[in-house]
Amino acid sequence: MSVLAIVEQRMAGEVLAAAQEFGSPLKACSIDLPYTADAYTAAAEELIRKVNPTLVVFGHTYQTRDYAPKLAARFGRVLISDVIGGKPPVFVRQMFQGKFNADVRLSGDGPHFLSIQAGAWRAEENPAAVETFSPSSTTSRQVPEAPFRESARAVDLTAADIIVSVGRGIKEKENIPVVEALAQALGAELAASRPICDAGWLPMDRQVGSSGQTVSPKVYVAVGISGAIQHLVGMKGAKTIVAINKDRDAPIFDVAHYGIVGDLFEVVPALVEEIKKTKA
Amino acid sequence: MKIAVAIKQVPLRDSPLRVNAAGTWIEEDNLSFEINEPDAYALEEALQLREKHGGEVIVLSAGPARASQTIREALAKGADRAIHIEHADLASLDTLGVGHLLAAALRNESPDLILTGLQSDDLGYGQTGVVLAELLGLPHSTIIMQVQVMNDVQPGKLRVKRELEDGWFQHIEMPLPAVLTIQSGLNKLRYATLMGIKKAKTKEIKVVSAAELGALPPPSAVIEKIYAPEKSNQAQIFEGDAKTAAAKLVEKLRFEARVI
Repeated sequence: MSVLAIVEQRMAGEVLAAAQEFGSPLKACSIDLPYTADAYTAAAEELIRKVNPTLVVFGHTYQTRDYAPKLAARFGRVLISDVIGGKPPVFVRQMFQGKFNADVRLSGDGPHFLSIQAGAWRAEENPAAVETFSPSSTTSRQVPEAPFRESARAVDLTAADIIVSVGRGIKEKENIPVVEALAQALGAELAASRPICDAGWLPMDRQVGSSGQTVSPKVYVAVGISGAIQHLVGMKGAKTIVAINKDRDAPIFDVAHYGIVGDLFEVVPALVEEIKKTKA
Repeated sequence: MKIAVAIKQVPLRDSPLRVNAAGTWIEEDNLSFEINEPDAYALEEALQLREKHGGEVIVLSAGPARASQTIREALAKGADRAIHIEHADLASLDTLGVGHLLAAALRNESPDLILTGLQSDDLGYGQTGVVLAELLGLPHSTIIMQVQVMNDVQPGKLRVKRELEDGWFQHIEMPLPAVLTIQSGLNKLRYATLMGIKKAKTKEIKVVSAAELGALPPPSAVIEKIYAPEKSNQAQIFEGDAKTAAAKLVEKLRFEARVI
């Protein structure tokens, strides 16, 4: 099966490794243009018509999410997105927020389109060479401005040795002191999953995950966090991961080293008391 | 301004889910359903834009008969009318098939702006909005945190704030009509008022059968089976009551992780 990898800087090594595994001959290209959805869709379309691959592989980045579904639709195909495993013609992707995996079979003629999940493949030592593709012309209805950050980050979670992180399981803003007490007892930084920061219960600069900070502390304690992939990519590099959650099937337990299945409103205060006793 | 919002009905968050006997989808009997959370934010953004710029909000949903409840809830929150594309087995379609249905239903409406959530909580493909833009020949942008309709300064122009990775953002301008996929959490969701619920009963829900909207292309991706992921089982789970479990964990943090 002939494979075309369309790479950007982010995830390049992983995409090349996956593409190599999926078939040959392999051609790898990056698109030489400032990004807009229209411009990249047209450029990738031109590239695919020229190379005529059976399978087109992307990394599942925000940029891919923005244009690859449009590109696939132009070829009458869907993008099989966020793939975590498998090989042609059957790929594995997660559904229902990671509660289930699905085997998805390619159907009909190529080109087929798929994007791989960050961290699902490991970059190889000698990756295929990446060619630069310049399209013959470019037009775009989207006019982008320069990327920016909201403000300098007041909190640098990446420097923390211990992080106590809180998710939806905390239920209400008024309950935040429950986990604050744990962070204090451990001498940890307090962090959160996205819904907590969206709700304004903790400031945005304490968010861990794909749209927040990526951390790798000695210990990461996830409290009431189910472990959506967007959160896991931000913390799975922690040396020791502790999960406290009422749902034994929550994906967070798949990356955890230690876990307690139970009501966080009982477990966390017990933990605080136990830590204080030990430190005393 | 005419705004269409594509919403999807999905199982209630945190529902206990089981795989069906055929192993191809979940067992739907005895489940409760609700609006897909990101779509709820798209609806809220549409309602706020209508409050600012006037016009109407049309809710669009493809799904089985039970989806009418979720549609009614959207009307109760303030949408003006709805189109329900009835399809008994949405899971048998791929995203492109669903995109074709939504596009066919929207062609006669010609909305100025089409919003939807950035992804569904069930399939999670995250591409319905983008596919819709392609099928309707419209510009689009995804993972949007803020929508400005520039009618005062530049009629027919849209300026949006798009989320990038690692805390970065970007503003993008594009002409209307356009399609946007909305990020969860960009605004605060409203509740339906009693008055809203009462009014919703008299609002129009146009029911269209999927078959009326024309033949669909064969799916290019087929779900063969779904199953619980293999557990890595690396996690050491501490049993017992909260106090006992806490004591065991503290011991590990002290002697293995050495942080206490």
